[in-house]
Amino acid sequence: MIDINDGAIDARGLVKQFGGHRVVGPVDLSVRPGEFLTLVGPSGCGKSTLLRLIAGLETASEGSISIAGRTVTDDPPKERDVAMVFQNYALYPHLTVAQNMAVPLRMRRLSLPQRLPFVGSLLPRSAATLAEIDHDVEQVAKSLGIAQLLSRKPAQLSGGQRQRVALGRAIVRKPRVFLLDEPLSNLDAQLRVQMRSELVQLHRRLQVTLIYVTHDQAEAMTMSNRIAVMFAGNILQIGTPEAVYDDPDHLKVASFISNPGLNTMPFAAIANTQLGRQIGAIVSGSAECTVAFRPEACTAVSSADQTDLSGRVIFCERFGAEAFAHIAVDYLEHPIIARIEPAHATRLTCEQLVRVNLDISKLFLFGPDGLRLRPRRRAAA
Amino acid sequence: MTTASTIDRPVRQYDFGTMWLLVFPATALLLAFLVIPTALVVVLSFTDYELGKEGLRYIGITNYSDMLADRVFWQSVRNTALYVALVVPGSIFIALAVALLIERRSVLARFYKVAFFLPVTATLVAMATVWEFILHPSIGLANHLLSVLRIDPIRFLSDPDWAIVSLAAIGIWQSIGFNMVLFLAGLSSIPKEIDEAAALDGAAGGIDRFMIVTWPLLGPTTLFVTITTAINAMRVFESVAVITQGGPNKATEVILYSIYLEAFQYFRTGYASALTVVFLLVTVSLIILQMRLADRKVHY
Repeated sequence: MIDINDGAIDARGLVKQFGGHRVVGPVDLSVRPGEFLTLVGPSGCGKSTLLRLIAGLETASEGSISIAGRTVTDDPPKERDVAMVFQNYALYPHLTVAQNMAVPLRMRRLSLPQRLPFVGSLLPRSAATLAEIDHDVEQVAKSLGIAQLLSRKPAQLSGGQRQRVALGRAIVRKPRVFLLDEPLSNLDAQLRVQMRSELVQLHRRLQVTLIYVTHDQAEAMTMSNRIAVMFAGNILQIGTPEAVYDDPDHLKVASFISNPGLNTMPFAAIANTQLGRQIGAIVSGSAECTVAFRPEACTAVSSADQTDLSGRVIFCERFGAEAFAHIAVDYLEHPIIARIEPAHATRLTCEQLVRVNLDISKLFLFGPDGLRLRPRRRAAA
Repeated sequence: MTTASTIDRPVRQYDFGTMWLLVFPATALLLAFLVIPTALVVVLSFTDYELGKEGLRYIGITNYSDMLADRVFWQSVRNTALYVALVVPGSIFIALAVALLIERRSVLARFYKVAFFLPVTATLVAMATVWEFILHPSIGLANHLLSVLRIDPIRFLSDPDWAIVSLAAIGIWQSIGFNMVLFLAGLSSIPKEIDEAAALDGAAGGIDRFMIVTWPLLGPTTLFVTITTAINAMRVFESVAVITQGGPNKATEVILYSIYLEAFQYFRTGYASALTVVFLLVTVSLIILQMRLADRKVHY
């Protein structure tokens, strides 16, 4: 339906400070044309501010941004050809759905005198342009399934319908870049899952560059071409969801993109065990290193034999298709979470003694600074 | 008393003694200061009562028919209407402009708020005397400034064409501060995201942003400000009483001043009551209009 716009975004050394406090940066970010990139991170990590810097709602303290090869660092939002969907939709409450969606078109296609109330519609060529605008609004409304709502006011719509209107208002003018700031967080769980797949299909159809901000790792993992994980104003890792999940660069990245959680333990705690010696053979880990693995890298087997990772079951979580056992190990501060077969879960009881079987190839080691220690790359160097 | 008994208790078993005791203070005050005086005024408006005179006579609608035939009454209605027509738009648009300018400021915003609000707190009788000096035909500051611009002096208060305009200017000066505060409150309740959405939609300029976001979302505030300013403007009295006493040649005779003259200078209480009843009806219908409009148009 819409042409492929060249919507590459390039941010270089981007910094945003509020009253001497740095909330973003320095950030270097390249978004490819037509890409679905998700900025994900805990609240307060600066992901929304970074999005607002790209939108032009905030001005950068340092660094530069270019969109489609043109530097826009100091341009107002209007001149950046970006559209944005806000978390609370930010629809104009006094306008109908059709009028809401027509605003960006009126602003671009009508001259200032033509936009004036009453006299505007009487000016030459106004009628033709207004008919075009009506036509375009209707087309987009049809494609989003909200054509029957065009004469309603936002207050008469449900959350999901408002969401669609906000999307419609953003796509109706065919922007190069599409920015979404936590667009699904005000919807209920079921609608959120449905909108996820609709957004992905919409992106595929429109072929625009899309930057999506969320704190929900499930949204990030399921929707994006690439995800950028942010902490304390900086992008710690950027890559495909698989790469970020399977090969995290930083302890914070690994623990944020983990469900239900990442198992971590100080290397010092296990240094003298057989497991510790195995790890030591692969990478020259110092005592301050952190050993981490995901729940699916290990499993719990009922066993009375004492091994390196033996403990008592303290809690079993069942999610239907999968289940997790929380296992308290004497010398570890936090319990280990292990994925188990759901069928198994019913047989495990609290206080039962179990052995944790760990797939050592799926284990991550992080240095004291949180950066990943990679055995193979070290060997190559 | 348990929760269960509160719920189970039948609705009609009210404790009427306590109920009346609780309602009594408010009811007594309302009756003593609002309902009874109003009713008395309505009753007096059908009599020939004069203040200090013993006894009174029912004269039907004579006071009202006299009123309709009275040239001075119509003059005061016209003057009041002109005053309201000048003060309401003047005060609202200047107050809105001031509020918009102050809202965007980070420095000195508080200073400007106080500066514009000060006239509201000042005693108008005293301020009216000051304005009398400013507008004085020969020694006044206003004409001095006009002479700098090589404009002939204007007899602001003694020229029948100018007198009501001058009083309206004072009225505007006095009411801007209050309306500004109301507009500032209205502006601060506009969600920031809607302004930002408008910026992204391409409404970059001040006019577009104002037409798409600010003006429509200020609708409820503007309606409230309009009605309160109109009611206050209709009640103009102090500046007339202090500065012009209705002159020159009844050019500034307004309704409230007519009521005052009839009641307390000529002691024609019955006729003054009839004037008051008419004034009350106009005010009440304005308030009803506001409530109707507020329910229908400006709520979205």
